[in-house]
Amino acid sequence: MQRRFSRRAIVLGGVQAAFVGALATRMRYMQVEQADQFRLLAEENRINIRLIPPTRGKIYDRNGQIIGQNAPSYRIVIVREDAGDVDAVIANLSKLIPLQEEELERARTEMRRSAPFLPVTIADQVTWEDISKVAINAPALPGITPEVGLARHYPRYEDFAHVVGYVGPVSDYDLSQLSDPEPVLRIPRFQIGKVGLEAKQEEVLRGKAGAKRVEVNATGRIMRELDRQEGQAGADLQLSVDADLQQYIQARLSGESAAAVVMDCETGDLRAICSAPSFDPNLFVRGISVADYRALTEDKYRPLSNKSVQGTYPPGSTFKMITAMAALEAGVMGPSDGVYCPGYLKVGSRRFHCWKRGGHGRIDLLNSLMQSCDVYYYDMALKVGIDRISEMSRMFGLGIRHDIPMSAVAEGLAPNQDWKRTVHGQEWLVGDTANASIGQGFMLASPLQLAVMTARLATGRSVTPRLVKSIDGVEQPTGAGEALPVDMNNLNQVRRAMFAVSNDRRGTAYRSRIIEDVYRMAGKTGTSQVRNITAAERAAGVIRNEDLPWERRDHALYVCFAPYDNPKYAVSVVVEHGGGGSKAAAPVARDIILQALYGGTPPLEAYPVADRDHIKEQQLRLESDQRPKARPDEKDRA
Amino acid sequence: MSYLEYAVKSTPSGFRKILYMNWPLTLLLISVASAGFLMLYSVAGGSFTPWVEPQVKRFGLGLAVMFVVAFVPIWFWRNMAAVAYLVSIVLLILVELVGTVGMGAQRWIDLGFMRLQPSELMKITLVMLLAAYYDWLPEQKTSRPFWVLLPVIMILVPTFLVLRQPDLGTSILLLAAGGGLMFLAGVHWAYFAAVIAAAVGLVSTVFKSRGTEWQLLKDYQFRRIDTFLDPSTDPLGAGYHITQSKIALGSGGWSGRGFMQGTQSRLNFLPEKHTDFIFTTLAEEFGFVGGFSLLILYALILVFCMATALATKDRFSSLVTLGISLNFFLFFAVNMSMVMGLAPVVGVPLPMVSYGGSAMLVLMAAFGIVHSANIHRPR
Repeated sequence: MQRRFSRRAIVLGGVQAAFVGALATRMRYMQVEQADQFRLLAEENRINIRLIPPTRGKIYDRNGQIIGQNAPSYRIVIVREDAGDVDAVIANLSKLIPLQEEELERARTEMRRSAPFLPVTIADQVTWEDISKVAINAPALPGITPEVGLARHYPRYEDFAHVVGYVGPVSDYDLSQLSDPEPVLRIPRFQIGKVGLEAKQEEVLRGKAGAKRVEVNATGRIMRELDRQEGQAGADLQLSVDADLQQYIQARLSGESAAAVVMDCETGDLRAICSAPSFDPNLFVRGISVADYRALTEDKYRPLSNKSVQGTYPPGSTFKMITAMAALEAGVMGPSDGVYCPGYLKVGSRRFHCWKRGGHGRIDLLNSLMQSCDVYYYDMALKVGIDRISEMSRMFGLGIRHDIPMSAVAEGLAPNQDWKRTVHGQEWLVGDTANASIGQGFMLASPLQLAVMTARLATGRSVTPRLVKSIDGVEQPTGAGEALPVDMNNLNQVRRAMFAVSNDRRGTAYRSRIIEDVYRMAGKTGTSQVRNITAAERAAGVIRNEDLPWERRDHALYVCFAPYDNPKYAVSVVVEHGGGGSKAAAPVARDIILQALYGGTPPLEAYPVADRDHIKEQQLRLESDQRPKARPDEKDRA
Repeated sequence: MSYLEYAVKSTPSGFRKILYMNWPLTLLLISVASAGFLMLYSVAGGSFTPWVEPQVKRFGLGLAVMFVVAFVPIWFWRNMAAVAYLVSIVLLILVELVGTVGMGAQRWIDLGFMRLQPSELMKITLVMLLAAYYDWLPEQKTSRPFWVLLPVIMILVPTFLVLRQPDLGTSILLLAAGGGLMFLAGVHWAYFAAVIAAAVGLVSTVFKSRGTEWQLLKDYQFRRIDTFLDPSTDPLGAGYHITQSKIALGSGGWSGRGFMQGTQSRLNFLPEKHTDFIFTTLAEEFGFVGGFSLLILYALILVFCMATALATKDRFSSLVTLGISLNFFLFFAVNMSMVMGLAPVVGVPLPMVSYGGSAMLVLMAAFGIVHSANIHRPR
């Protein structure tokens, strides 16, 4: 018996020994052979990489005034595990500060999904006053903490809405537009440029995200930070724009639907680039309310549209310099050659009218530009042909897209025969040439293009606009260009005529002249029709603009440069449906260019004596009108 | 040879019994328990609470119980076997009726100062009963069908009761320990062969029926068996624990990540790290060196039990000693296979190391019986 027991005991012992051996082998296999693999898995478990969002670059004007910055923004977060009874805590909080039901609903959903120790935002963009209330009542609000972050803020409000645009949270659409979106874009509430410079210079402004490696436990709670690699803040941008001038112009344009561009004739620096009315971009950063948004979209003055670069208008008579240059360069006429203006020109069976019913009689280049005779330009255009006019337009910066980092920069249109054939499938007609010669018909130009044209006329060089002066302190190439391939004598003739427009008693802009000798201005008025004048109406007498509904009135335009002898600034002004250029646009342009030349409010001595009283009144009004730099809610942030 | 044949005078008595204690075995048990204290200290994040302190107290109590049991003559335990078995059965039934629901299964009776798990007690009393049964049974009857059926019933009754709790792990251990004891007692090979053949046949029939029209189990039952057998098919559910356990164990490497440096356990990736998965923590922090050392300690305990069993001259002592050592072996073998991903997760703690009262106390008492067999053997 004992023998059998021993035998079986040894069998069982053998089985046990074999099993212990198997366990040891398995342990060795996992811990020695596969150790590296498992170590890696353990590290993956434990280490999370968290992105540190980079600080967005600031935007300054040319003098270092802040246009776009990162201001502290306060939000209130709740931590579920600290709050205990979440609903009760929220109810207490809502007695203290206003809470939005939508935001609360979103927060509740987020809380259900996320770990109990993760903070969930229940109120964003909270004022300092409300934050203080929450801080004081902290004992009654377990789990509630105020947090401070950085949010984009535009301290110049409306002034730069169209230039700088605004930022907003990354949307699904934004992500879908990118083939390989940077991980930083997936950080909740991360903001990127949506419109304008903010969007166009996104790469520069955004910077590079940093990263920190953190140790997390099984539920995702951060236990400690292992190491961190700081990101790189976005580059600061300095614009060519002068914020004070911009502010002045926005104020000067208020009440109109208008655009104005001030360009440095030498460097191409855009000193101001305005579109009125405007809007407060900060509203969009916060997330604009439906009511506010509707108010903006339903305004017939279209505050959201950026008229300065996006809006294109028939340039009207401001185009006549180009027609003249084309004719002079082609040699189809000399500056003193005369054309007889009977008030119309018959092209085929159709009469093309001059604005002056009785006609100007015999007229040369200087007088035709000064008095803006249409017939002279019909005649020239028919002689030189549309293709050479189109070519001259491009040389002067019309019909081409200027590369500045703003949204929807329009190409405009300087049509030629090919263009009409390709786009409309029709032959170019002589009548089209006649229309184009005075900047009507197919011709379209943006205020920016008109400013470029004027700067090129002023200097005879191929100046290009520059909006960004420096990136992180590195000066960007200026827009100073090569000399234009034109005869300077011809250009001088045209400039002389532009001088007469503003300084000759018979000039269309004589009333808006500058009398300070060193700042004499040369310009050209333009009035572009937005409606056809029928033969019947012409017979009965053209209806005056004042008697038409706003939408059907003419656009008023004025382009100018000053000083005449040594051009410093070129200005273009378009007042939508403003009526005549000499009345609605030229005075605005004069005020703007004087403001730019003097670097502030110009002395009344620069104005003609007759204007001084109302200019003084206007200056006082505008100075008081110009919005204070800080608004009431600004104080909360400070 | 029965204990009656012992010359009572030839066995040590009184304080002389202390000299005949198996001291190496006692030291081994203390070492293993100490490894447990160390790991419990580590998983508590370097603290004596909440686990080390009660565990040390219970081990102290366990040692006392072991000595008391050891000094009681082995024949007393033989006589007590049937009573102990019946008490365990009654307690198992009681747990059905008044047991506290814990961990989703009715497993313990709250005695006030500790929670008693009758199933733990059952493991030892079953071994005692079977050993006593074969001690009593004339050897020539061992393989007769009727005398085979009786111990089978003795095994199946508690197995069934434990399975109802439900505690699959313990029922398997009961079956295996009972079967092992019958094997040691010399029951004919053919019975084991028949049972194994029948089990294999049944299982394969059930699996073959899958997808046919005479399918024996519902689809969801099959799926549960799938996950049970291969947790990796459900990496976020049942498989999560075993995957994390394997990662922890493997990442320990040769010499481990250092005491209290195991990231998997410290950061809560490991489940049940103070009970069923404590070996994983040990292997993570002390590596292969640590894990293998513990395995050697366990193996040495088995060796000492085997030596005692072969040295004793009576059938009860031999059988009960080997039965207890078999139980002990099954305990750690199943637990280690489980945490290494070799066996399904069945909830068997690591003996003497895992945090837990009943199991440790009962094991210490059982080793008391081994000591008793050793002390009271004729020399």
